[in-house]
Amino acid sequence: MTDNSSVIRLEDISYSYPGSNTNVLDHLNLEINKGDRIGMMAPNGSGKTTLLHTIMGLCKPESGTIEVFGKLLKNEKDFIPVRSKIGLLFQDSDDQLFCPTVLDDVAFGPLNLGFSPQDAIDTARNTLERLGIQILEGHVTHRLSGGQKRLVALAAVLAMEPEVLLLDEPTAGLDHKVKEKLIHILNSLDISYFVISHEFDFAKAVTDKIYSMEDGKILRDDEIHIHRHEHVHKHGRHPHNHK
Amino acid sequence: MIEEKFASGRSFIHQLDPKIRIIASIILSFAAALCDNLYIAGFYFIISSILITMAKLKWMDVVNRLKPLFWFLLMIWIILPLTFDGETVYQYYGLRITVSGVILCCKITIKSITILLIFTALIATMTVASLGNGLHRLYVPDKMVFLLLMSYRYIAVIEEEYKRLLRAAKFRGFNPKTNLHSYKTFAYLAGMLFVRASLRAQRVHQAMLCRGFNQKFHTLDVYQPNRLNSIFLMGIFAASLSLVIFEIMWI
Ligand SMILES: Nc1ncnc2c1ncn2[C@@H]1O[C@H](COP(=O)(O)OP(=O)(O)OP(=O)(O)O)[C@@H](O)[C@H]1O
Ligand SMILES: [Mg+2]
Repeated sequence: MTDNSSVIRLEDISYSYPGSNTNVLDHLNLEINKGDRIGMMAPNGSGKTTLLHTIMGLCKPESGTIEVFGKLLKNEKDFIPVRSKIGLLFQDSDDQLFCPTVLDDVAFGPLNLGFSPQDAIDTARNTLERLGIQILEGHVTHRLSGGQKRLVALAAVLAMEPEVLLLDEPTAGLDHKVKEKLIHILNSLDISYFVISHEFDFAKAVTDKIYSMEDGKILRDDEIHIHRHEHVHKHGRHPHNHK
Repeated sequence: MIEEKFASGRSFIHQLDPKIRIIASIILSFAAALCDNLYIAGFYFIISSILITMAKLKWMDVVNRLKPLFWFLLMIWIILPLTFDGETVYQYYGLRITVSGVILCCKITIKSITILLIFTALIATMTVASLGNGLHRLYVPDKMVFLLLMSYRYIAVIEEEYKRLLRAAKFRGFNPKTNLHSYKTFAYLAGMLFVRASLRAQRVHQAMLCRGFNQKFHTLDVYQPNRLNSIFLMGIFAASLSLVIFEIMWI
């Protein structure tokens, strides 16, 4: 599975939001290789969402380079073809669902990729079925429950058949059963992904390594060992992991 | 949320190409707006009613849609007959109701209802996405179409945000009264609304970009190229043209 070709590589990225002078990302380096399943657990406000938005070219870094599939991305134009190959699940599903009905929304991506309407509908239906939410097909998106929105947004992302997934807290607001389903789905995908989560159980079940973030930089597995250990003890019953 | 209530039907009108429907509605409403004869206006009214029937819309719903127009018309009926010069039909002390005033009111009433019916039958029966698609294929500049689609989406979003904010305030015991605290709260709500709406608009746009949006409009609604399209357009065109010629030649 791992042939180690780099999918996403960030080097020396610094970013601060306009009007603020603290660097949310501070000379940050990150590499995601083919087949990588990386989890990210870090405190609120540490810049996780910002990191994902930077990868997608939604936040323009002040310094550093972004390389995706071996190509250097400099301006907006370079990002356009790449965006349909990286699936980003937004932290707030409300941002992601903007079409009137669920089917419209899930088909939006495939249509943009140049699918014919019929093919787009088929792809959308298949994806909904894969997530077990085909009954939501005709529902109006803004009337769904929070958890349902999450799943539909995930379907919308998966319908584009991305080569990498960036998931921003996919389990927030999901019940236990749906979470299990999500774990199953993620484990059955054979693409690389990067998952932000605040739930250790979930992150452990779907990823091979867990990163963290501090002071605008990525902390890798070995560096966050202590932190994770503490975390495990706090919540008791989970088996801990001494590497 | 703006509801696309009429857009979900399966009638003959619903199956027409958006492009054709846009052209037909423009021709018909122009012709109707320019006609100056009460009887001819009646003909246009009949055509528009036929269109509504063909679209299989419920008249009750349509009348509900026209409600705001009725208020406007009511105002005209109160003002115009009294202020227009001409032959008097009824006099009550200083107030005179004139014939030409009443006729003008009838004309305005019929014409405005007709035009709205035309648009309800032909345009309101497609989703906004289809409308955008149709305009795009009629060579309306992309920016304009984009503006239409985005304002449609964002109005719904802003309304949603407003409801959410007001709910949040009410759940914390906010009870609007006429005092400074209430005014201040409403000012906060309004300010917050703008901030939130613009931030959300920005994020929605980002989400669209992430899903390959490239300023082009696609819809799931497929419109088969169909002889009926051109027949319908010819029919509408012939009807308006003959009414226009009739008015010019004989009246
Ligand atoms: N639009 C914005 N404008 C200005 N500052 C922002 C904006 N969005 C985020 N920030 C700031 O950037 C920092 C990182 O935010 P970010 O959303 O990336 O955090 P996060 O790690 O995703 O947090 P969470 O776990 O709560 O989702 C925060 O300190 C926040 O205050
Ligand atoms: Mg976040």
